[in-house]
Parts: sequence; structure tokens; C-alpha cells
Amino acid sequence: MKKIEAVIQPFKLEEVKEALIAIGIDGMTVLEVRGHGRQKGHKEVYRGQEYVVDLLPKIKLEIVVPESRLDEVTETLIRAARTGKIGDGKIFVSDIGEAIRIRNGDRGETAL
Amino acid sequence: MNRLQRMLLLFAAVSARGQEQERLAALEQAVEAAQSSADNAWMLTSTALVLLMTGPGLALFYGGLVRRKNVLSTMMHSFILMAVASVLWAVIGYSLAFGGDGWFLGDFRYAFLGSVGLERQGSIPHLTFIAFQLMFAIITPALISGAFAERMRFSAMLLFTALWSLIVYYPLAHMVWGPGGLLNAFAEGPIPCFDFAGGTVVHISSGVSALVCALYLGKRLGYPSETMRPHNLALSVTGACLLWVGWFGFNAGSALASSALAASAFVATHFGAAAATLGWMLAEWLKNGKPSALGAITGAVAGLVAITPASGFVRPMPALLIGFVAGVVCFYMVAVAKQKLGYDDSLDAFGVHGVGGTVGAILTGVFATRAVADPSGGRAFGWIDGNPMQLVYQLVGSLVAWVIAALGTVVILKICDLTVGVRVDPEHEIQGLDLSMHGEEAYSHES
Repeated sequence: MKKIEAVIQPFKLEEVKEALIAIGIDGMTVLEVRGHGRQKGHKEVYRGQEYVVDLLPKIKLEIVVPESRLDEVTETLIRAARTGKIGDGKIFVSDIGEAIRIRNGDRGETAL
Repeated sequence: MNRLQRMLLLFAAVSARGQEQERLAALEQAVEAAQSSADNAWMLTSTALVLLMTGPGLALFYGGLVRRKNVLSTMMHSFILMAVASVLWAVIGYSLAFGGDGWFLGDFRYAFLGSVGLERQGSIPHLTFIAFQLMFAIITPALISGAFAERMRFSAMLLFTALWSLIVYYPLAHMVWGPGGLLNAFAEGPIPCFDFAGGTVVHISSGVSALVCALYLGKRLGYPSETMRPHNLALSVTGACLLWVGWFGFNAGSALASSALAASAFVATHFGAAAATLGWMLAEWLKNGKPSALGAITGAVAGLVAITPASGFVRPMPALLIGFVAGVVCFYMVAVAKQKLGYDDSLDAFGVHGVGGTVGAILTGVFATRAVADPSGGRAFGWIDGNPMQLVYQLVGSLVAWVIAALGTVVILKICDLTVGVRVDPEHEIQGLDLSMHGEEAYSHES
């Protein structure tokens, strides 16, 4: 099993969600986060007082998938989340040791 | 005709004339009562409008500008004055401001409002006048809270505003508006200063006191290196709109009648606010490259402040000019000069009210004209009426207000510091005053 963590633009969430549901991904966890990559921030001015806002609002999606579906899911994610501009975000993939469904104790890929 | 007939005729004539006089007197009374009713209706409305400026107007305007951990404490500064200043006013404040005929202060004749009833003051009931003036005594100390927001102990704030009302506000209100006051232009004061609705009494006094508070308390922890962005500007925009509307009661109500003068003040007020909004916006656009909503609403308030002393004395075009000048000057003070001078007037009570009030007081001396109040003639008002001396009176009046506010505030802050302590502990300041002073939070994550 693999965990996919995708940091994306907040306004792309609906599109990404629909694309994932369309290829049969049933579960995901969505977090509102703040951060920046190479994009850095922007300047705001309040009555002459300047503030550099370098942590921008982003959406982080967490999905755990069977290894066999990894490429398909990441490609779908990239297609739906891409605008081609700086700030589109990043995808991180890591190994998952175990998954358990709390309701009935299912383990492994059947729990996904 | 015999003697008896003649006497009867005479008697009939006399009694007819008597009846006519009675009818005339009754008619005069009816007219007076009708005028009083009309004036009273507008004045009660104005009274409510001025209260609306403090809560919710100022509470929202200031509340949106602070960080989320201090929004309740900041709104409480405005709200609690609706209670504190009112009680003080009933007990002693009104009497000290409007009783007696001394140069500097009233007397105790109206203490506890014992001898006050439904008799008329001008054409309105005395109680209406008391209530209307009370609303000014509420908002003035509330304006100062913009300077000490986010770092003053609540107990110190209560003590400070109570003492400030007694030592600064009541004397100034008496000097400018009270019978026999030193600066009262309409009661033979030796320095006739024009202040229609509170340029000196309300705005210079609160603004200068705010500056003293900001200097005395020192900067907020982390200012200016840490981000202290306004936590909710939508609240501030809403508050500014309510201030604009409430200001019609403040200025047009200061005519103390539902008169043509009230209409003139109403119009001048509106034009002053409009021009100042554009003045600030243009200045900011040129300087920073973007016209902000915060800038536009702050400009509007600056214009309302500056037009306050002039509102009952100027025609519409000077009102536009006064507003525009105030918008540009206050922008420069708040967004350029303050950064260079380095003091932390959290919400710019000085930059908007102190500076805007002074600009307005001075320009009133230039543009005041008798054409507004009494087109038929009478004495010359301001410079454009051919009375350049008025400018000197306005400067002296402003200076008196500056000095009383500054000295009074220093003394009061010292008293507060020696008794309850003015500034909160650093850990409480970091935690936020909502939690540390009031034991609550405005926005909960759980519900």
C-alpha cells in the first residue's frame, strides 16, 4: 500500500475530488494547510504597515491506495490539479505498513 | 344712547378683545408645542444615532482591526463605556459640563439630575438635551481605546476612562459648549471658538490623549516585526458604514432642532466624508500602488472627524474641500509619519481623530460663513466672511484642547499605574486579552 500526499491549490479541490471519484477512489482525507515552496509569498499593506505573507493557504489531500493503482491515481491527480503556473503544489508518496477498518477489523487492502 | 346702553356696549367690546387675546395665546402655545414636538422627534432620533456610533459602529470598526485574540476586549472597551459614562453623566457629569456659568467648569446644580424635568431647553425637553449630550460623553473616551488596544489592563481602562471624563471631557465640554465657557462662541466666551459638534471637545481631546497613551504604554510586544494584520476587515467596513450613518445624528443633531441648520450640517457631513474617502484612496493608490478597502473606510472616518467642527458653519463646496484635505493629511500621518516616528498607536486614534480634528478646527476658521445659519446678515463668521481673526481663535481653541488633553492624560495614566497598573503582564499580552482579562474567546474551534 502507498500513501499519496498531495498539496494543491485550494480552488482545485473540487476538480481533483471529482476526478478521483471518477476512477473509483472512495476514500480521502482533506486538510486545510498553509505553506510555501519556491513560490514564496506576497506583500500586504495595512495603513502603511507592510507585511510579507509567505505562508499561503493550500489544501492537502491524503489518499492510501493499493500499490497497483499508484501510477493511475497520481496521473489523475496531476491532470486535475495542474494549471501550469507556479504554486500548483507537490505530490509525495510513501509506504504504508498496515490499514485497519475500525468497524469490523478488516486488514490490509480490503480495509481501504 | 343712555348711560346704561353705553356701558353694556363697552363691556361687550372689552370681553370680545379678552376672548381674542385668549385665543391668540392658545394659538401661540399650540404652535410652540408643535415645533417642540418636531424638534424633539429629530433630537431623540439623533440621540439614538450617536449611540449607534459607539455600539455597534466603533466596536465593529476597532474590533475588526485587532488580532483575533483581542477582538472581545477591544469591543468591550466601547461597550462598557455605554454603561460607565452613562452612570457618571447622570450622577455628576452633566452638571459639571452644562451647569453653572464658569469659564472652565460647571457646578453641582444638576447633580443626580434632581432638578431636571420636562421643562424646555431651547425648544426641546431638558431631558432630551441631557441624553443627546450624554452620547458624546460615551463615544469620546471610547475613541481613545484605539491607542491602547491589545495591551491595557481592563481595570486600568475603567479607572482611566472614568477619571478622563472628570478631568478632561467635562471641563472641555463646558468650555466650548457650556454657559459662560471660555471658548464658547455663542455665550460671550472671551475666546470665541467655533466647534459645531465636537472637533475640539471630542476629536482633538480623544486623539491627543490617544497619542499620550500610546507613548506612555509603549509598543505592543512584537511590534512592528511581528505580523499584526487586522483579523477581520469585513467587521471594520461594517463598523465604518454605521459610523457614517450615526454621524448624521452627531452633526445634524448638534443643531438641537429639526431646522434648516440641521439640514445644512447633514449635507456638509456627507460631503466631507465622501471627499475624504476619495482623498485617502488617491493618496494611497499613488503611494502604495493599490487602493485598499481599509484605506477607503479610514479616509471616510477622517473626513467625518474633520467636518465635525465645521458642519454647522460651512457650505457644501468648502465641506468637500475640508474632507479631501483631511483624507490626504491623515493618510500621510498614519501611513508615512507614524512609521518614521515609531510610536505604536494600535488603531490610529491619534492619526485620524487628533490630526483630523485639528485640520477641521483650523479650516472651520477659514470657511465658516454666516450664510449657513443666518443669510440675512449678522456678524462675520470665518475668514471668507472677512473675519481672519477667527483663524487665531480656532488655533487658540485647538491649543487649549491639546494642552488639557495631554496634561490630563499624563496625570491620569500615572494615577492608574500607581494603583491598578496600566499594562497587562507579558504572558497575558501574548495569550490575548480576551482570555486573560475576560476568560472567553470570540471564535471557538469546537463549535
